Amino acid sequence: MRTVFVAAIIGVTAGLAAVAPASAATLDDVKARGYLQCGVHTGLFGFAEVDNDGEWAGFDVDYCRAIASAIFDDPTAVRFTPLSAAERFTALQSGSIDVLIRITTWTMTRDASLGLTFAGVNYYDGQGFLVPADAGFETVADLDGGTICVQTGTTTELNLADYFNSRGLTFTAIAVAERAEAISAFEAGRCDAFTADASNVASARMTLSSPDRFVVLPDIISKEPLGPMVRIGDDQWLNIVRWTHFALLNAEELGVTMANIGELTASPNPEVQRLLGQSGTAFGEMIGLTNDWVARIIGAVGNYGEIFERNVGGGSPLGIERGLNALWTNGGIQYGMPIR
Amino acid sequence: MAGEDATFLRPAPIPPRAPPRGVRGPIPWLRRNLFSSPANTVTTILVLLFLAWTIPPLIRWAFIDAAWTGEDRSVCLDGGACWAFIGAKINLILYGQYPPAERWRVVVVAVLFIAGVVPLAIPKVPGKRWNVVYLLIAFPVIAFMLLTGIGVGLRHVPTDRWGGLFVTLVTAVFGIVISLPLGILLALGRRSRLPVVRWLSAGFIELWRGVPLVAVLFMASVMLPIFLPPGVTFDKLLRAMLCIAIFYSAYMAEVVRGGLQAIPKGQYEGSMALGLSFLQRMRLVIMPQALTVVIPGIVNTFIALFKDTSLIMVIGLFDLLGMLKSATNDSDWASPSVPATAYVFAGLIFWIFCFGLSRYSIFIERRLERGRQRR
Repeated sequence: MRTVFVAAIIGVTAGLAAVAPASAATLDDVKARGYLQCGVHTGLFGFAEVDNDGEWAGFDVDYCRAIASAIFDDPTAVRFTPLSAAERFTALQSGSIDVLIRITTWTMTRDASLGLTFAGVNYYDGQGFLVPADAGFETVADLDGGTICVQTGTTTELNLADYFNSRGLTFTAIAVAERAEAISAFEAGRCDAFTADASNVASARMTLSSPDRFVVLPDIISKEPLGPMVRIGDDQWLNIVRWTHFALLNAEELGVTMANIGELTASPNPEVQRLLGQSGTAFGEMIGLTNDWVARIIGAVGNYGEIFERNVGGGSPLGIERGLNALWTNGGIQYGMPIR
Repeated sequence: MAGEDATFLRPAPIPPRAPPRGVRGPIPWLRRNLFSSPANTVTTILVLLFLAWTIPPLIRWAFIDAAWTGEDRSVCLDGGACWAFIGAKINLILYGQYPPAERWRVVVVAVLFIAGVVPLAIPKVPGKRWNVVYLLIAFPVIAFMLLTGIGVGLRHVPTDRWGGLFVTLVTAVFGIVISLPLGILLALGRRSRLPVVRWLSAGFIELWRGVPLVAVLFMASVMLPIFLPPGVTFDKLLRAMLCIAIFYSAYMAEVVRGGLQAIPKGQYEGSMALGLSFLQRMRLVIMPQALTVVIPGIVNTFIALFKDTSLIMVIGLFDLLGMLKSATNDSDWASPSVPATAYVFAGLIFWIFCFGLSRYSIFIERRLERGRQRR
């Protein structure tokens, strides 16, 4: 009797867990609610910051605002849910957020096992190295035989060992538990380099007392593609998030910016016309939005390049190079699928 | 001999002797208190060395090298405390992400709260009954309406924009107000003669005491939404506040039970013999004595609760500590001394509140224990 009871409870629980997510049309829910619910980081340099007045800003935050603009023509129609790493997926699965834009690495396990899927890669990150500017290191290979500060228990540590061993290079790791500790060990000269994800390395450099004495090596030794996530089973919503990303990329490629969006609606360029909904084909309506959806997005947050520069690139204290995140036309791998 | 004046009294007072050396004054005090034995001397020297080693760098860090004003990270690169950062973020620290135009509502609620608590805390002020009615019934309703904007025609401010010291205090006050009465009920329930009540109370207490608070918060924040039907949402802050209140009511129950067990059986029997009902016995005879005995335990639990409110940070709510931690990730303020400054500041605020609670508890203990003077 008892076993049956326990089995029943487990069954019901598992059943609930399986069926709970997502009513079919997230877009309808969002429209009925009047705002987008966006899961972001609880606080990360350049990606999700709270400014002095308590407003969210950052690279991931601007993606939330872009989606809100596409739907509501209002970049403030977003409620941000700051999420820890542990609760991010359940928050999306349970429907307490509509989209998760929280520096989440696209891996096969995550794509296959969570009931969630990635809508694209809005930031190609990877493991980078910070070294003293005057030490004469130019590539990672120059660090052969050196000591490297790394945070324990991260994939960073594993990648480091893989990379060096596979190339027959040697190194001594100084592994510490906290990132801040690793940085201070590095600053104290206990190691020749500090390694972490490139976006992290750039912000770590900011927390040094004299950032100018240190440089980030150009080499990236691992793949950390970060992207927005949505629940599976709602392709319309997946399309909205995915095409918001592509629209941002296409806008940059075609030179459509926050500043010139007003005059470009009269542009003779057919690609710009299609992008801005002036061509006669109702692209926006195909995914449940209005035809001026891209104009709304760009008017609110600017194109991909503008978002990048403002939050993490040259226009921000972080000063991260575009690198892989440059457009495919500029030697990067950001490639917006064509709107046609 | 006969002519001699036989006096038994001294004609003049004995001239005062010099005070014994080494009894009064700073040096004897030092000798008596700090260097009375070789072991004490060694301890004193070690402690002094430790202080000399730690205090000057601390003062140097906190005051001399500190940056007091500034607009961004550039002022905070000298290695001293970055108080300019606290200055820039002060609104965030106090109100969280509460919209700047609506912050006056938080201030009004704070003033209303102080207006209710201060007269209640000063024994001489009359009208305690009305004071309690105000604080427990009128104030929560007014505070809820003002802070959320529901029912008073103000702009609605959802709880995901609440934060900072404001949320810490809301959570702590809510926890304290719920956990004490609930704890008393549970303690009585655990000592009840009715087996079902007793088992339920004991089960409740043991269940909540047996799991870590972080696990409870995670369950409420992460697991609960999965089990709720889709579309049903339940405010995250409210969930966290209820968790803390319920969790600490279990601890409170055990503290109160300790007080109940300290009351001699004669008190129970005597009050029964007077023909008092159960409620009268508890209200008039047992509880006043039992709670007096366990005031240190109760306040101890309150202090623990106050500090544990910062655990809501792990589920992405921005209390004082969470807000400060998040604020350190502002790239305009990225500098080596900002995180340390933020944590020291948070510690200072927590300490002020907890120390205040502790002093007030000592004051109340002294007042209530006139009969058995506290030593």
